Amino acid sequence: MSQGNSKSLLLRGYVVLVFIFVFTPIVTSFIFSVNSDRFPTIPLGHFTTHWYETIFADPDVWDAFRVSGIVSITVAILATFIGFCTAYTDYRYNFTGKALYLSLALLPPTIPLVIMGLAMLALLARINMSGEIYSIVVSHVVLCSPFAMAVIRMRLAQINPDLESAAWNLGASNWRAMREVIVPFCRPAIASAFCLTAAVSFDEFAVAWFVSGLNKTVPVIILEILQGNTDPQINAIGSIVFITSMTLVILAQLILMRKTINQTATGI
Amino acid sequence: MSGNDTLLPGRPGPQRRQVTLYGLTWSMPIVIWQLIFFVFPLIFLVVLSFWLVKNYRMVPGFDTINWVKMFSKGYFWDAYWRTLGYAGVATIVTSILAFPCAFALAFKVSPKVRRWALFFLIVPFFTSYLVRTYSWQIFLNDNGIFNTLFAFVGLGPFQLLNNFFGTLVGYLTLCLPLVVVLQLISLANVDRTLIEAAHNLGCGRLRTVFQVIIPLAKIGIILGAVFTFILTFGDFVSPYYLGGSKPPTLSILIIDTTKSGQQWPRAAVVAIVMIVTLLTIMFASVAAAYRKRT
Repeated sequence: MSQGNSKSLLLRGYVVLVFIFVFTPIVTSFIFSVNSDRFPTIPLGHFTTHWYETIFADPDVWDAFRVSGIVSITVAILATFIGFCTAYTDYRYNFTGKALYLSLALLPPTIPLVIMGLAMLALLARINMSGEIYSIVVSHVVLCSPFAMAVIRMRLAQINPDLESAAWNLGASNWRAMREVIVPFCRPAIASAFCLTAAVSFDEFAVAWFVSGLNKTVPVIILEILQGNTDPQINAIGSIVFITSMTLVILAQLILMRKTINQTATGI
Repeated sequence: MSGNDTLLPGRPGPQRRQVTLYGLTWSMPIVIWQLIFFVFPLIFLVVLSFWLVKNYRMVPGFDTINWVKMFSKGYFWDAYWRTLGYAGVATIVTSILAFPCAFALAFKVSPKVRRWALFFLIVPFFTSYLVRTYSWQIFLNDNGIFNTLFAFVGLGPFQLLNNFFGTLVGYLTLCLPLVVVLQLISLANVDRTLIEAAHNLGCGRLRTVFQVIIPLAKIGIILGAVFTFILTFGDFVSPYYLGGSKPPTLSILIIDTTKSGQQWPRAAVVAIVMIVTLLTIMFASVAAAYRKRT
């Protein structure tokens, strides 16, 4: 048995190694964002907030955060709405061509972002719609709706189908049953989908880089710094981006987890 | 209009086919949005690949010259096979590295630990890939952290950046957590009694893994591999910033052709070739995943 134990110890060690690999780049970025040296090496220099001061003094960075904020909130609203509609359709209806319908809904994330960027740029430039904030928004909604749909569809899988029928039998119209049964039931998933799509949009750089023109988002700024020389500013911006998107994703999961646990506990 | 006239939720059976305003309200938004902003741009890309560029301006037309030119270029085919090879190697390496981790999380830890592990594996997927790539540059460059550490023990310096090793580290950063999650979900659903049965019948531990567990978790393993292939085949960040960008992959070729050359129609040719390749590989693997074992 001791051989089995040492093997499972080895396996556990391996799991820890994988997690170190996954989180090393994230932690590193935070450490070097408050490190004084121009070139990131060890041993570390001393603690400084210099890089944060530099980026906050830069109007371009403020602009990028403004654009990113507008884009991700607008995208989250639209993508969550479209995702909800699609998830409800999939839950409630069976129809010919449903497989095609679902692949149309879910296919976008499988197309490489560079190609999406090129296709959007080519089309939008042709109709004089490229380089604007809404150019980024329309492209991001395409990419984000599938995520929203997946989250809300999983929630709908937990609903008791009799609830909606009961509402109809009690005289509620389709619309009223939607408003008073389906939407309240999906509320945590809707909130979660909102945070998740905002995070995806906030981090997306490839399509945004192609279509944004002068309205650069934060990841586009990061991409441009990456193309230049080593610059610790990127760690400061990166840390803020990390905190923003992680907060959104963790919030999304917590909302979903807490509600699910509460309702299992109370038996609803 | 009463709800009873329309289809009942989630219940197959005799259904009245009736198009209602209510049904259209929920089903149409995605169709309209994806047709205008997803399908249409991709179709336009195909059209664009037949256009010409004259004096740095695109001229509508129907000319196969872009296709002929691209297909006759050695560098295009080099990039094609290179990209295919990179994605193939990344898929195999990621799947193999992910498996022991997914296996341990599925069978060797408590459900609570498993839930938290899942949580921490999902989070990085939604965080900035660019910043993580930049962090790896700090570790991998010639006087980076790894080479500093190697120098302490009198080794190196090794070239870890601007070659395929660097690219692979980037690919793993992008895909490893996701693949562990997909494999883990599949492994967690494996019927434990089948594993016990194999043990009772005298099947060794390792043999049980290869002949019982892996076939049962086939869908998750193949799905993880397909996702890795899709993501790495189209990714330009790792080959560019960790792999040194030369020689280029197809995505880098698209960017170079679009951003510097104004040759959008030729970039469209590359893009279409990529999509066709990806769709072929996707359908083949999904078919393999769901095929019954004979």
